[in-house]
Amino acid sequence: MSGAELQDVPQDRLHEHAETVLHAGGRMQMMYAWQTEEGTPELRYLAEAEPRRFVIWRCRPHGDPPSLARIWPLLGWYEREAADLYGLRFAGHPEPLPLVLQGAGTANGNGRRNLPAVDAEAVQQLPFGPVRADVLESAEFTFLYIGEQIIHYAPHLFFKHRGMEQLFEGRDVGTGVVLAERVSAVGSVAHALAYCQAVEAACGCTVPVRACWLRVLLAELERLYNHLHYLGHLANTTTLKVADAEGKLLEERVKQINARLTGSRFLRGLLAPGGLRRDLAPGDWLADELERLREKVERYATRLEASESHLDRLITTGVLPHQVAFDQGATGPIQRASGFDRDLRRDHAYAAYADLPLTVPVRAEGDGYARQRVRIEELDASFVLMQRVLLLLPDGPVHAACAPQPGAEGLGWSESPRGSLFYAVHLDANGRLARVKVKSPSFSNWRVFPSTVHDTNMMDYAINEASFGLTVSGCAR
Amino acid sequence: MALWTLIGLAEGKASTSWPRPGAPDGQDGVLGMPRHDPASCRDGCRDCAEACPTAAITVRSDGGLRVDYGRCVVCQLCTEACPTGAMRTSSDWAFGVTDRADLVWSAEPESAPLPAGTARQRRPFRRSLHIRHVDAGSCNGCESELQALNNPFYNLHRLGIFFTPSPRFADLLLVTGPVTHAMLEPLRATYAAMPEPRWVMAVGTCAVSGGIAGGGPACGNGLEGVLPVDVFLPGCPPNPAAIIAALLMFLGRMPQRARGGRLGE
Repeated sequence: MSGAELQDVPQDRLHEHAETVLHAGGRMQMMYAWQTEEGTPELRYLAEAEPRRFVIWRCRPHGDPPSLARIWPLLGWYEREAADLYGLRFAGHPEPLPLVLQGAGTANGNGRRNLPAVDAEAVQQLPFGPVRADVLESAEFTFLYIGEQIIHYAPHLFFKHRGMEQLFEGRDVGTGVVLAERVSAVGSVAHALAYCQAVEAACGCTVPVRACWLRVLLAELERLYNHLHYLGHLANTTTLKVADAEGKLLEERVKQINARLTGSRFLRGLLAPGGLRRDLAPGDWLADELERLREKVERYATRLEASESHLDRLITTGVLPHQVAFDQGATGPIQRASGFDRDLRRDHAYAAYADLPLTVPVRAEGDGYARQRVRIEELDASFVLMQRVLLLLPDGPVHAACAPQPGAEGLGWSESPRGSLFYAVHLDANGRLARVKVKSPSFSNWRVFPSTVHDTNMMDYAINEASFGLTVSGCAR
Repeated sequence: MALWTLIGLAEGKASTSWPRPGAPDGQDGVLGMPRHDPASCRDGCRDCAEACPTAAITVRSDGGLRVDYGRCVVCQLCTEACPTGAMRTSSDWAFGVTDRADLVWSAEPESAPLPAGTARQRRPFRRSLHIRHVDAGSCNGCESELQALNNPFYNLHRLGIFFTPSPRFADLLLVTGPVTHAMLEPLRATYAAMPEPRWVMAVGTCAVSGGIAGGGPACGNGLEGVLPVDVFLPGCPPNPAAIIAALLMFLGRMPQRARGGRLGE
């Protein structure tokens, strides 16, 4: 597979391979199933066999393939999804339950009531959602609690499952971008970028330098408005009203800059396989706006850091231990706040990141405060990156021909504001999309999140959730 | 300890007074629905229809084009495919309408008049409207813009419009997303819990027609055939000013600008 080394692994050796990666200090990234053109199902595992080297395992299952979830807990959800969508069964799966097709109105509507049996009168059950207070994405959360103490927490996240991966099938590679941009709007650029890079890898296309640099600019603008939103939203949950308003206002300023630069507040409609659909002329106004904004953000962050009532609510709240973050597959700012020094922009550099200075902030505490701190420092790093792009932006074309190759397949990735995002793209005999796998960061981080809720208290829940910065549509697709 | 209140006061007023004349709407540069000019079409050319990913542009049996902005996701691919400028980029985003037919391009718009009594029914709500939002499977773009309505720039409260957690207190049900199979029942239950008189607004192309995910393996076609819709606002997503304009139009405080698939004066 272009973009990563492809390796055939027979079914009976999957366990052994999974163990080897674990002991070598590597990491599994995802797995997915697809139906080859001959109609046989095939499993694909994305392994980082050793740091900074991606390997794809290809496995043709016969009978029930073995579950690897006991070695790699983070794979548990991927296997359940493959079971739901491809009718597979994974032998020895610790939670052999529907995942994606578990909402009301689907065949497995009762699956969402998968709660531990509790035989104690003091324990109360609070179902919350899927229609929640305020303007929020739909998801249902069930709390089992005594007084303030949460004993068990079960989120049901797939009410919004739209079947996005299937919607790609049969489309041409060009219109695929329109879909990728609409998997999760607040990650439009990251999704489009990972998708385009997967297609470009499959088709052996080299993107012109100017387009690579402009892609970095767009990706960092996206990080900017997302991180500002989450800082504001976090202040909302700690009832710091002015800081909430200020964060949301800064977010709005960035969205308005986005529109002025690209015509879209979500930076949509620019990326295409082969580069960009049209050139951008950032000009001096953008550098000036960004510098003014940077000063404001810096002052804002300094004040947040000086607000004791805010910090009191964050420090030691929602602690994600290092080992749990690893086992369950935390990604992005969440894993960096739990001590992992990982960032696709640096470790598997794409677009123009290899030519740019990037600092990757890491904190060890794993609490809500560490997650705020990582975001603040990432904002700083983004401003540096963007000013560097504006200063050194090379001239030249922004688009190269990217002719779809029949039967080709490719892997693409990007570090979205929420973490690692992977697209695996398979083309059919006519060069149209046969299978597109979307591994979004929220799918990973939602898997991790409940482990920070068990055994905490109700008062901290909203703060903890806000500090994670999760999207539901990215998870449910 | 930061003195947030003082800092907030020192920052001054951030809110726009739009739609008052002269005040900024905050949408400089935003691309809206592509503008259609059939007079510029070449005979037999169907480039835009082939480029359109959501069948918003289709070829009629007489060979002409049918352009349905209720299906448009503003991807602008038609404007790039069109060789003659018959589909052109524009800043036309104020597309809130009460009659679905007004979203389809037509040389002579013939929208149905408002049902008798509706305007009178809405009169008491002109100064205070309470909205219950339901996300029926959006990509979170519409939520991001709906949340933006309460940021200091748009400051929706200044217009007497509020989001309410309970459908029991809501006058208007605002729906986003293509209505996934799993969200159909919760959506209907929310509507059933609202007191009369109640209205429904479809925000975003997904809610209007299903958009990019409509008719897929896990989705319906937005609110079509699910709930009676009083206001249609396509867009992908509609920007905050477009949402405000549609709400004020619904309340009779702003005129409807889109008729026959284009903006009038």
